[in-house]
Amino acid sequence: MPRTLFDKIWDFHCVGQRADGRDLLYIDRHVLHELHAHHAFAQLQRQQRKVHRPDLTFAVQDHTVATKPGRDDDTNPSGTAFIKAMREGCARNGIRLFDVDDPEQGISHVVAPELGIVLPGATHAVPDSHASTVGGLGALAFGCGTSELAHILVTQVMAQKRPKRMQVRLDGALGAHVNAKDVALRLIAELGVAGARGYAVEYAGAAARAMPIEQRMTLCNLNIEMGGRSGLVAPDETTFAWLEGRPYVPQGALWDRALAYWRTLKSDDDAAFDRDVALDCAALEPQITWGTDPSQVVGISGRVPEPAAVDPSRRAAAESAFAYMGLAPGTPLAGLPVDRVFIGSCTNSRLPDLHTAAAVVRGRRVAAGVVAMVVPGSSSVKREAEAAGLDRVFRDAGFYWGESGCSMCAGGNGDRGRPGERCVSTTNRNFENRQGPKVRTHLASPATAAATAIAGRIADVRQLLAGAA
Amino acid sequence: MQAFATHTGIAAPLLKDDINTDQIAPIMHSRSLKEDYKAMLFHRARQREDGSEDPDFVLNKPQFRTAGILVTGHNFGAGSSRESAVWSMLANDIRVIVARSFADIYRENCLQNGVLPVVLGAQDVDAFIARVVATGGSAPFTVDLLTQRISGPGGPDIAFEIAAADRTRLLEGLDDIGMTLRHMDEIVGWERRAVAAQPWLQTTQDSR
Repeated sequence: MPRTLFDKIWDFHCVGQRADGRDLLYIDRHVLHELHAHHAFAQLQRQQRKVHRPDLTFAVQDHTVATKPGRDDDTNPSGTAFIKAMREGCARNGIRLFDVDDPEQGISHVVAPELGIVLPGATHAVPDSHASTVGGLGALAFGCGTSELAHILVTQVMAQKRPKRMQVRLDGALGAHVNAKDVALRLIAELGVAGARGYAVEYAGAAARAMPIEQRMTLCNLNIEMGGRSGLVAPDETTFAWLEGRPYVPQGALWDRALAYWRTLKSDDDAAFDRDVALDCAALEPQITWGTDPSQVVGISGRVPEPAAVDPSRRAAAESAFAYMGLAPGTPLAGLPVDRVFIGSCTNSRLPDLHTAAAVVRGRRVAAGVVAMVVPGSSSVKREAEAAGLDRVFRDAGFYWGESGCSMCAGGNGDRGRPGERCVSTTNRNFENRQGPKVRTHLASPATAAATAIAGRIADVRQLLAGAA
Repeated sequence: MQAFATHTGIAAPLLKDDINTDQIAPIMHSRSLKEDYKAMLFHRARQREDGSEDPDFVLNKPQFRTAGILVTGHNFGAGSSRESAVWSMLANDIRVIVARSFADIYRENCLQNGVLPVVLGAQDVDAFIARVVATGGSAPFTVDLLTQRISGPGGPDIAFEIAAADRTRLLEGLDDIGMTLRHMDEIVGWERRAVAAQPWLQTTQDSR
């Protein structure tokens, strides 16, 4: 029976079935963060239960850490208790923690891949809905809640019902200055915020194959924004070249053996998916959200939709979004003045994202009155960016250059916009009040965000760069 | 986990789709390890801009202040996996959520905490919502997991479906970890096989 890649990974990791019919799925790598882990640590202590495999468990401080240079535990006072509880819990349970001052601290979904903690064909869990970011390396990842996190700590398995399978085929070649973020936003617009609910998604097709690993991670990161818990791209030579030599990947003869196995990791040619979706990426322009959920998207040359053009079931949500965003139907997105630009988060904070943004910013200035921030996804990314001189490019242009963390994505560390501000952000959620009370968030790619910071208005990066040529 | 058998309470209609966990339990409210989950629930929606209570928000209306059942639209609980979005329901004694559909992780978090997520068929849900709205909090509804029925003012009982395993787990208040620990031999056996089949999965070594 032909199988999808998802099925192969699931079947391999299925330890057995519980009396309630759930599959027990072994989790190869479990990565915790401080906002949720303390609940589980306290629960384990209460129940006098032990962590079964601390050696397969890692932890980061990312959600609540300040990004101010010279930060410590107390720079963001509302994070202090979380940071300390994390440190104590990890010490008590023998878990490797990438602490606030660790040279490899950062956002879990950035740190785990870049250190080679994530491997193709492995299962991965994080108590965070963006866990599937690491699907970009061909791992099967699950975002989970706190109870499930405690469950994994004690048993190293998740008790799950097998999801259905969806294949998303990305056809064609992406145009200049269009990347995975634009593809993902378009997909969410087409499928809706619940379009992948109940499915594990495999991204395939020429455009996915052509994407470098960091873009594949952006693509898989946004999978949850269409309701899918897991999304992945089958590993290929691009994946293996990216992983080779990273600290936690197998070495020597074991690498060779792993590589031989990883090369078998693909869906069989005649494997059936429960749903097949295709998107032509060739004609895609940069995309941006206009509303308050990640499916309210238009191309950068587009306009806020007229209510009549919105699906009737989505019209009330659109009306509410018009009001919150302070936008009248028919308003062009390009040209809207902005107050703030944020480049960062598990979606778009890796080195190539920063290179892309820096290429737009180089030799230019952030428009007067715009607060522009870059927050690298990990301390390693920050160091590499600085070695490449990117921090100078951003700082010279007037950007804030922060220490790594989740920062303004959800504002859990105090980095927030002010009420009424319009913000173009490379993050993953444009929900009301997420980036600060009454902040109006537009999601876009790093290139679009950078161009917008320079123009002071929502900008088409292609025009900005063409104007300079 | 507290077991769930039956729950009687005022049903409050919050008839929107895609209500996300940022709305249910705002992260900016997460300031200490011992949070006030009761106050966290829909914290922002409950307030007006000046910080005073918004009398128009459904759970602030006198007849719905003690609601025990929340009735809502599609894709309830989208977004972040934060479990505080369920704990804040429990803290307000909302033990049943009737939705047109749930986000996957949120539904799982409900089951983990003894909150009953009910999805009704398309016709039943329209009828139920109409009854909830017509009742306007003047009388309670009862959701019985044993008989899988909702009863209350304005019409006959409404049957609902739930996977047998989820039903058992809620009825017995089963400890999810305890259920899995019975399989520890299988788990350890799997680990042994994995060491042979894909040894790189069973070790994490920093090679530097």
